[in-house]
Amino acid sequence: MNTITTLSSLQPILPEIVMAVGAMVLLMIGVIGGGKGTGVNLLSTLLLLAVAAFVYVFQPNQTQLFGGSFVVDEFARYLKLLALLSAAGTMLLSLDYLQTEHQQRFEYGPLVILSTLGMMVLISAADLIALYLGLELMSLALYVIAASNRNDVKSTEAGLKYFVLGALSSGMLLYGASLVYGFTGTISFAGIAKAAGAGGIGLIFGLVFLFVGFCFKISAVPFHMWTPDVYEGAPTPVTTFFASAVKAASIAMFVRATIVAFPAITHEWQQIVVFVSILSMALGSFAAIGQRNLKRLMAYSSIGHMGFALVGLAAGTAEGIQGVLIYMAIYIAMTLGAFAIILSMRRDGKLVESIADLSGLARTHPTQAFFFGALLFSLAGIPPLAGFFAKFYVFLAAIHAGLYILAVLGVLTSVVGAYYYLAIVKVMYFDDPRPAFAPMPYSVRLVLAIAGLINLLFFAYPAPLIGAATAAAKSLF
Amino acid sequence: MTIGLGHYLAVAAILFTLGIFGIFLNRKNVIVILMSIELILLAVNINLVAFSTHLGDIVGQIYALLVLTVAAAEAAIGLAILVVYFRNRGSIAVEDINMMKG
Repeated sequence: MNTITTLSSLQPILPEIVMAVGAMVLLMIGVIGGGKGTGVNLLSTLLLLAVAAFVYVFQPNQTQLFGGSFVVDEFARYLKLLALLSAAGTMLLSLDYLQTEHQQRFEYGPLVILSTLGMMVLISAADLIALYLGLELMSLALYVIAASNRNDVKSTEAGLKYFVLGALSSGMLLYGASLVYGFTGTISFAGIAKAAGAGGIGLIFGLVFLFVGFCFKISAVPFHMWTPDVYEGAPTPVTTFFASAVKAASIAMFVRATIVAFPAITHEWQQIVVFVSILSMALGSFAAIGQRNLKRLMAYSSIGHMGFALVGLAAGTAEGIQGVLIYMAIYIAMTLGAFAIILSMRRDGKLVESIADLSGLARTHPTQAFFFGALLFSLAGIPPLAGFFAKFYVFLAAIHAGLYILAVLGVLTSVVGAYYYLAIVKVMYFDDPRPAFAPMPYSVRLVLAIAGLINLLFFAYPAPLIGAATAAAKSLF
Repeated sequence: MTIGLGHYLAVAAILFTLGIFGIFLNRKNVIVILMSIELILLAVNINLVAFSTHLGDIVGQIYALLVLTVAAAEAAIGLAILVVYFRNRGSIAVEDINMMKG
């Protein structure tokens, strides 16, 4: 524990301070500038990229702030980078969308920044209060941007649904937190870990309620029912944000809370995680088969991918956590790329989002079709693309931890999942072409190129990502 | 009869359950859902304060204050989204929130 006496001791949370002040400054600029959003949203993108660069360059030692409630370590650094980069990617995808759809509002960028700030607090949270406040800061901003297309009944309905179920889930999480606090007498994760050895039914109850909240946020089965509706209704760049940055932060919260606070009752939570993981993988694979809408398909796909990521957490070892971290990085790259394609499907001035609209894309837009095809193969987990390695590391960890059934079921469901990804490839390459899409905006091309190249070339040079994930996983144990 | 920790926890558990059922069984009005969410958060607060006095530890009460603040922000945002939704749909009946299905 260190008490705060000087400004320089606040240095480890400089990125968060910059984000908070930056969001307020950008709001002021927006108000003074007369409500035109173009500049503010561009500046928001730059701010996110700048903070990401700062977090990347700045090497934290294991530091704790505010009496141990805020931890800066390799794990936090890795996931903050993921969250910041996916937020910046989302903003890049948003810029042109907001312009073309005449939704340029200056609140959009600051809301994304505030939500990302909530994620950063969540990722670094080492006690139940910081966890709750980070989670709410993230979620409250998300409810608003889900409904940001405020003249559209679908967008507002998505916002309303997300709000009701999100508030319910934070209520459950909070009830669990209160029970954990009551039965261990402390809110810090380290303190809970010491007291949890005694066990007790009250603590298990609290743990279950906490897990309900976590599963809601990462949209794992059986708490996934909001996902397809919210993904379909929300504006597409916002859906990208839900599927990338939010998932990274929620998985971070899930992993840190379980690994740091409950190592003494691993046996109890492992069963829950295995159960949730199998259900998510199965539902993600089977429910997506009948989908016609790409955004709904991506929702089921993200449910399935969260199931695969949880396989690593179920192992409960440093190797498993390393698998989860690698999985999240590659998953985010795949998701951003896939949504870049969905955002470029503009025909007659309107965004189309059904799978049939991609028909014959290989003849009208060969490059786009090639990249989307590679991303889909990667999402299906076919070597040598990045998605294969993501799955490989989590399954390897599960086998080393003795969870054979989980690993076998994971491989089987991923085969089922491959069917609907490859069905899209078939539509793109073998069906009759439809009229061409409008040309892709440059910012969207940039995101697609980076995401596509990461997926294609990961196998050639995997060392940096794997090294970073190993160091991050070690810092938790 | 002295009122102990168990009684407080029982009251909180009942309120919490009422809140959960209020969300899932209510077929009429979204405002009722907002009230149920508030009920859940207040049940948590009773829990926290009861534990706090029982343990002789101030942290639970601080937690409860922070929960109150966040609950206020949450209610404000929820009502704002509800107003926007009503403008588009002309109704806030729960059974009308059905534009997307599948």
